[in-house]
Amino acid sequence: MSIAPQDLVEAALSVATLPCVSSVRDRTEANLRWANNGLITNGEMRSRTLTVTATADVEGGTAAGTVSQEIADVAEVAAVVAAAEGLARTGRPAEDAAPMVQNYAHNDVWTDPPETTSIEVLDDLAKGLGDAFERAEAARHLLYGFAEHAVETTYLGSSTGLRRRGVQPTGRLELNAKTADREASAWLGRTTRDFLDVDVVEAVDELSTRLGWASTKIDLPPGRYETLLPPGAIADLMIYAYWTANARDAEEGRNVYAAGDGATKIGQRIAELPITLRSDPLYPGLETVPFVDFTSSLDDTSWAFDGGLPIKETTWIDRGVLHELIRNRGHAIRTGTEPTPPPDNLIMDGGGTASLSEMIAGTKRGLLLTCLWYIREVDPERLLLTGLTRDGVYLIEDGAVVGAVNNFRFNESPVELLGRISEIGVAELTLCREWNDYFNRTIMPTIRVPDFNMSTVSQAS
Amino acid sequence: MPQLDDSFLALPLQALTDAALSKAKDVGCSYAEVRVERIRAAYRSFRDHAIDTTADNQVLGLSVRVVHNGVWGFASDITLSPDSAARMAERAVATAKVSRPLTPASVELADEEVYSDAGWVSAYEVDPFDVDEATKTGRMLGLNEALLAAPGVTHANATLGYVHENKYFANLPGTSTTQQRVRIQAQLTAVSVGDLGFATMRTLAPPTGRGWEFLTGTGWDFDAEVAEIPELLAAQVAAPSVEAGHYDLVIHPSNLFLTIHESIGHATELDRALGYEAAYAGTSFATFDKLGTLQYGSEVMNVTGDRLVDHGLATIGYDDEGVGQQRFDVIADGILVGYQLNRQMAAEKGLGRSNGCAFADSPGHIPMQRMPNVSLQAAPEGPSTEQLISGVDKGIYIVGDKSWSIDMQRYNFQFTGQRFFKIDKGRLAGQLKDVAYQATTTDFWRSMEAVGNPDTYVLGGAFNCGKGQPGQIAPVSHGCPSALFRSVNVLNTQAEGGS
Repeated sequence: MSIAPQDLVEAALSVATLPCVSSVRDRTEANLRWANNGLITNGEMRSRTLTVTATADVEGGTAAGTVSQEIADVAEVAAVVAAAEGLARTGRPAEDAAPMVQNYAHNDVWTDPPETTSIEVLDDLAKGLGDAFERAEAARHLLYGFAEHAVETTYLGSSTGLRRRGVQPTGRLELNAKTADREASAWLGRTTRDFLDVDVVEAVDELSTRLGWASTKIDLPPGRYETLLPPGAIADLMIYAYWTANARDAEEGRNVYAAGDGATKIGQRIAELPITLRSDPLYPGLETVPFVDFTSSLDDTSWAFDGGLPIKETTWIDRGVLHELIRNRGHAIRTGTEPTPPPDNLIMDGGGTASLSEMIAGTKRGLLLTCLWYIREVDPERLLLTGLTRDGVYLIEDGAVVGAVNNFRFNESPVELLGRISEIGVAELTLCREWNDYFNRTIMPTIRVPDFNMSTVSQAS
Repeated sequence: MPQLDDSFLALPLQALTDAALSKAKDVGCSYAEVRVERIRAAYRSFRDHAIDTTADNQVLGLSVRVVHNGVWGFASDITLSPDSAARMAERAVATAKVSRPLTPASVELADEEVYSDAGWVSAYEVDPFDVDEATKTGRMLGLNEALLAAPGVTHANATLGYVHENKYFANLPGTSTTQQRVRIQAQLTAVSVGDLGFATMRTLAPPTGRGWEFLTGTGWDFDAEVAEIPELLAAQVAAPSVEAGHYDLVIHPSNLFLTIHESIGHATELDRALGYEAAYAGTSFATFDKLGTLQYGSEVMNVTGDRLVDHGLATIGYDDEGVGQQRFDVIADGILVGYQLNRQMAAEKGLGRSNGCAFADSPGHIPMQRMPNVSLQAAPEGPSTEQLISGVDKGIYIVGDKSWSIDMQRYNFQFTGQRFFKIDKGRLAGQLKDVAYQATTTDFWRSMEAVGNPDTYVLGGAFNCGKGQPGQIAPVSHGCPSALFRSVNVLNTQAEGGS
């Protein structure tokens, strides 16, 4: 890969005959995966993807065409541009068409080379895990998990003269410990930018404590329980609410944020407590690429016409009141509003100061969850979700954990849940469980819900 | 009959193989394999009268996987040159060395026949990439317009996805295979927005291992299906909410395929049963000690795995470890009799030859054990769907998939559907809404009283089954007949959640 990614972007722009945005994403990643106290897979991968979005005036409006291709040589560029332009020229007009993003001032250093990673980033982790496996064998525990470090550098250029460069390091460690009979299980996740802050010994010790809690088994029936949802669990629910926050769907009456007759719930109180949910590409420790380098977001909004648009801090829920939803520029122009490209992080805070241990101490009788799993949408109108508890449900009595409980299937809506939260703990950096393949950067509090709906018992352990 | 693409065959496949495998041999690898893959994927989405997304993507790359001093190593890159191939062999060895402290036992692989210069192409007629864009867009928007023109349809969405996949594989023992597959998926959804909220109904057309001919009348009649949906949606909007309780269920293949996928397909993956997926996708209640004895379901339950049914999404000539396509029994007369295997697990458990279930979704990912087509067999002289319904006094006929969720050991599941018809004394009596069925896997399959005849059999499937870390997606098909289940727990979803 001797060709610089910047040269690929420039090559694309130089052969383009239509207005276009060209970006190259250079990605390196390394990973280790283990089970039953031994390695199962590993790898080091490198890729470089050129994405070209061309726009063309067609009968009735403007059409866009996007083509992405892994690319190793500048000779391949012209075909990608031609394919994108072909899609645009033969396409139908898009409702979300908008003028190309104009050049603007920023502090990116376009000429810097891509940042990278390699398998050696995980060298110390591997040695620590090797020691941990020996200790786990002695304790009759089994360790499972996954560690991954990826670094992406994006170079984006447009025919309006814009040139932007963004670097996104993403790392995660998932560690799962089970007793030898697999009847008890505990899990923790860590998000990291470089693996320098990962302490395997501390992580394994924490899991051992949780497996100790599970030495007493308690069977509980389905029902509604006072429940403490730790940061990772509430992160999975709030991420789903974020991925549903499509402004156009709400205005058209087809998501949970709809208020009928073309109106949305923006301005309505949806949480009794002063909960704020926001995203900020510059948030310290959660930094994300601060410009649009994607053509669609997970709420199904198209960003094909918005390449290079700056991504700003956005408050979605402001002290309990729905404040904003996701919309692209085309929709913003049509509705006289501002575009709200979604940053790749999510921060929830209610001003709480209590730690998890303090919230356990303040519980007369309730459940403490570890994480949620297999979350799927049952009813989009209410955003009713179903899913399972996983890797440790604990019963709290008189301020202390007294044992591990069976798993449950839940049916709950995160939006309805916001209105029923009775206590919010301190917000902290966390890794969600279900969605961490797609969403790595969250700060969340532990929350207390007086009546979490455990619909049935799951026999899974 | 389509042929292997010349443009893929023109890649320097032999030179890459020679460079990677000779380097791997030189540095002491006991096993090595090379994969070169090109995957072209297209996605179009439509919203009401307009196109929303027009995106094509191509992945082309090379990977090398080795066993070095008994430890796996893997590396991939996108530069298709002999130098890069040799460098990938070296980097694969580097990952093996970093992983050495984590590897207590040496890797062993089950034996497999050597296939030299083998080729295979899937059963399709027209490559969607060869169809002009205006034709494809016009077809999908035409179907969307037909929905929008109907009374009661406020909005309509459509999606179209198709994939053209080429795989080249070679290993040190001497196998080399070159393969090509095409698949397509089209879905349309009608939306009704009214005073009481909104409701949706989606087409039942499955993803399939066919080409553009699927949109023009071969294997499915989209026009007929789209014509039925507005009336069905209006009936659902007006339908009464279900009363929670236990019901007999007659389940159409368009719903049952997904229950098979989740509660049989994933539960009989040996890597799950052995714990390899324990921290992510999960394990399985169908543990290895239960092989040959577990009463999985009733005696009418016969399930096979295969990689060879025409138009199956998991169908392929040779898997990503060079194992030839096969069909095998998973459940026979209700008893668990087989697992899905790769070469390492087949050797580890002394099961002989792998049954060919290794798959990687891209050149940048490691082959892992993935699901073949897992299908419930029809009864040759079995009842029709109408006869199944006629045997139910109080029940629900469920059609189409929607929401699905199952726990990490594949015990507890909950499914909804596209439409639910009340069965009253053996006859359909209008639609119900707010239905979800919830069960434990073995209870559910043991309650299966009858399976339909071959005329009721439909090959359904999914484009994007997720598994593994890093996450991989796999296309997979599931065939099944209509089937009758007794006394299944049904929830009213409106009564769930809330305070």
